[in-house]
Amino acid sequence: MSLALEAPLAPAASSTAAPALLEPAIEIHDLTVAYGTQPVLWDVDVALPEGRLIAIVGPNGAGKSTLLKASLGLVTPLTGWVKVFGGPVAERRSWIGYVPQRESVDWDFPTSALDVVTMGLYGGLGWFRRPGKAQRERALACLEQVGIEDLAHRQISQLSGGQQQRVFLARALAQDARLYLMDEPFAGVDATTERAILGLLQQLRRDGRTVVAVHHDLQTVSEYFDHVVLLNLRLVAAGPVETTFTPENLQRTYGGRLTVLSQTAESLLRSGGRPRLGDEERP
Amino acid sequence: MSLSYSAQVVLAGVSLLGVAGGVVGSFALLRRQSLLSDALAHAALPGVCVAFLLTESKSSLPLLVGALVSGLLGTLAVTTLVRRSRLKADSAIGVVLSVFFALGIVLLTRIQKLPLGNQSGLDKYLFGQAATLMPRDVATIGALTAVVLLLVAFFYKELKLLCFDREFGASLGWPMRRIELLLVFLLVTVVVVGLQAVGVVLMVAALITPAAAARQWTDRLSTLLLLAAAIGGGVGVAGTLISASWANAPTGPAIVVVSSAVLVVSLLFAPRRGLVWARLRARALARRIRRENLLKDLYLEGERRAAPGALVGWSDLMGQRGQGRRRLSALARSLAASGLLARGSEGVRLTAEGEAAARELVRRHRLWEVYLARRLELPLDHVHRDAEVMEHALTESAVAELEELLGWPERDPHGRPIPRRQGLAAPPSPLRGAA
Repeated sequence: MSLALEAPLAPAASSTAAPALLEPAIEIHDLTVAYGTQPVLWDVDVALPEGRLIAIVGPNGAGKSTLLKASLGLVTPLTGWVKVFGGPVAERRSWIGYVPQRESVDWDFPTSALDVVTMGLYGGLGWFRRPGKAQRERALACLEQVGIEDLAHRQISQLSGGQQQRVFLARALAQDARLYLMDEPFAGVDATTERAILGLLQQLRRDGRTVVAVHHDLQTVSEYFDHVVLLNLRLVAAGPVETTFTPENLQRTYGGRLTVLSQTAESLLRSGGRPRLGDEERP
Repeated sequence: MSLSYSAQVVLAGVSLLGVAGGVVGSFALLRRQSLLSDALAHAALPGVCVAFLLTESKSSLPLLVGALVSGLLGTLAVTTLVRRSRLKADSAIGVVLSVFFALGIVLLTRIQKLPLGNQSGLDKYLFGQAATLMPRDVATIGALTAVVLLLVAFFYKELKLLCFDREFGASLGWPMRRIELLLVFLLVTVVVVGLQAVGVVLMVAALITPAAAARQWTDRLSTLLLLAAAIGGGVGVAGTLISASWANAPTGPAIVVVSSAVLVVSLLFAPRRGLVWARLRARALARRIRRENLLKDLYLEGERRAAPGALVGWSDLMGQRGQGRRRLSALARSLAASGLLARGSEGVRLTAEGEAAARELVRRHRLWEVYLARRLELPLDHVHRDAEVMEHALTESAVAELEELLGWPERDPHGRPIPRRQGLAAPPSPLRGAA
């Protein structure tokens, strides 16, 4: 069975020159994002290395999901830019796999687990073309990889939370990406699923893929991840877990609200003629 | 009955409309845009009136163009309000719907005072009058329906992506905004097509009700679309026939009444989702629990008296769970009919079969108590109530797993013995199916 992970890396690689080895997976420069007048990311500069498991950690409303969405080109920044493997996101979409938060969709939607996973292959299909046998087999292989191939034809509302999360992961695997962006992949799953997901992430790392995951469980950061980004509106620290995930940095991330900064940011945006922001297609 | 040519024309138009409405309505339902389609339909009215004032023509094409334009304007107004103001979607929809509709009514009243106006027939755009459909109207409806269905067939995958996970679609690089616009265009087209037959006021029901009814019967999007199309077409025809045979009632309300009836039946009787089945399942479960509890109470009484299979008096049993005599004797009668107990005027006693069934229940109850006390370290006074529920729910395989996990314990946390399973005497779930 040809598993998605054994397939050649990044389908787009053939058409684009391969990036230099030390090029970061994601490079973010001077990124500021606001929703309406509410700043969510402020002046973030960070480079994330390739081939690591990277956690984004920070309190609620710190801009963790927004950082992912900016890296996917789903939000338009007020200032700054994001490069993925040295190029603009729009040219790198087929290199990126995305696992949104599980609650972001309606699980009562009339569709099966296999069908959802097949959506990961829509990017390669183009307009009009329907997924066929090849796509279904590939999707099934991805479900097998997350251990729920027997649930392929189950309606998605009849899956447990952990199983739903596995479906989302399988969909991302189907994308066969070099870089995976995951929004809280461990949220609300049972212990067995948590171990399965961790095993999957480690497998991805062995294959040289990069995983960037929003993570909320501080206890497991050092155990699960190599690299950490501490975020609270602005970047607090980023680097290898051993040197960066320190009590002082955590104190700076979680302790003391960044009131002065956020108030300044808000008043600046208010006086600046109400910039309209935060939607994916707005120029 | 044989239908006249004009009646055939009308029915063809209405059923085409129902098919297109069911299909497009399914997507609106799944995107939770039912209310938006309502606003859109109401917003079409002023467009019809303005088009009439400009062209002074009764032919439907310019009127439909007018409806199309103002319907789109209404939708645009809603989305703009949501993005650019603090209004939430429901308020924006409410505001736009009433403003456009009020404007439409003002214009309509004005038109009817004009010399031409009283024959304009514009009032049919309020509630619909399918009987006024002419062959060329039906040709227009047919062409637009074909366009709608073709677009859905072509963009099926894209529309599905939009409805299920818009953001993921955008992350794949799909222009989700354009696909969203396509869906709005489809909705507007169907609304415009349906205006003459159904009217602006009830258009939303023609769109959403067949889809909502179809949703009860299937968990597959493709089946949902086919079913909604079939229901839409069917209720269109039924509604038109009713309106034609009953005092020339407007078609819109007749269609809505029929499709609502289909929806009610679907909500009540669809397998799995149907409320009636859910209720029946709940009642069957409650009954099984009452039966199992009585068996268990008899077993425990025998255990207490150290005389298994002892005769237990009615009054003792009534004291156990506060059940009335009538209910208790009905319960005993049904258990006796299943051969699980024997009853007399003084009381009841378990048969060998009933004894085995009760032993299995007690075994589950006490195993679960052990599990809670040992594994979850719950205090002893917390375990009983939970086990009272679990004894009815545990499956045979779960019990076997539990036993192995706990190392085949002999006694429950309160020190009472956990009954052994007796060879083949105890069926896995003693009462399931017997009830």
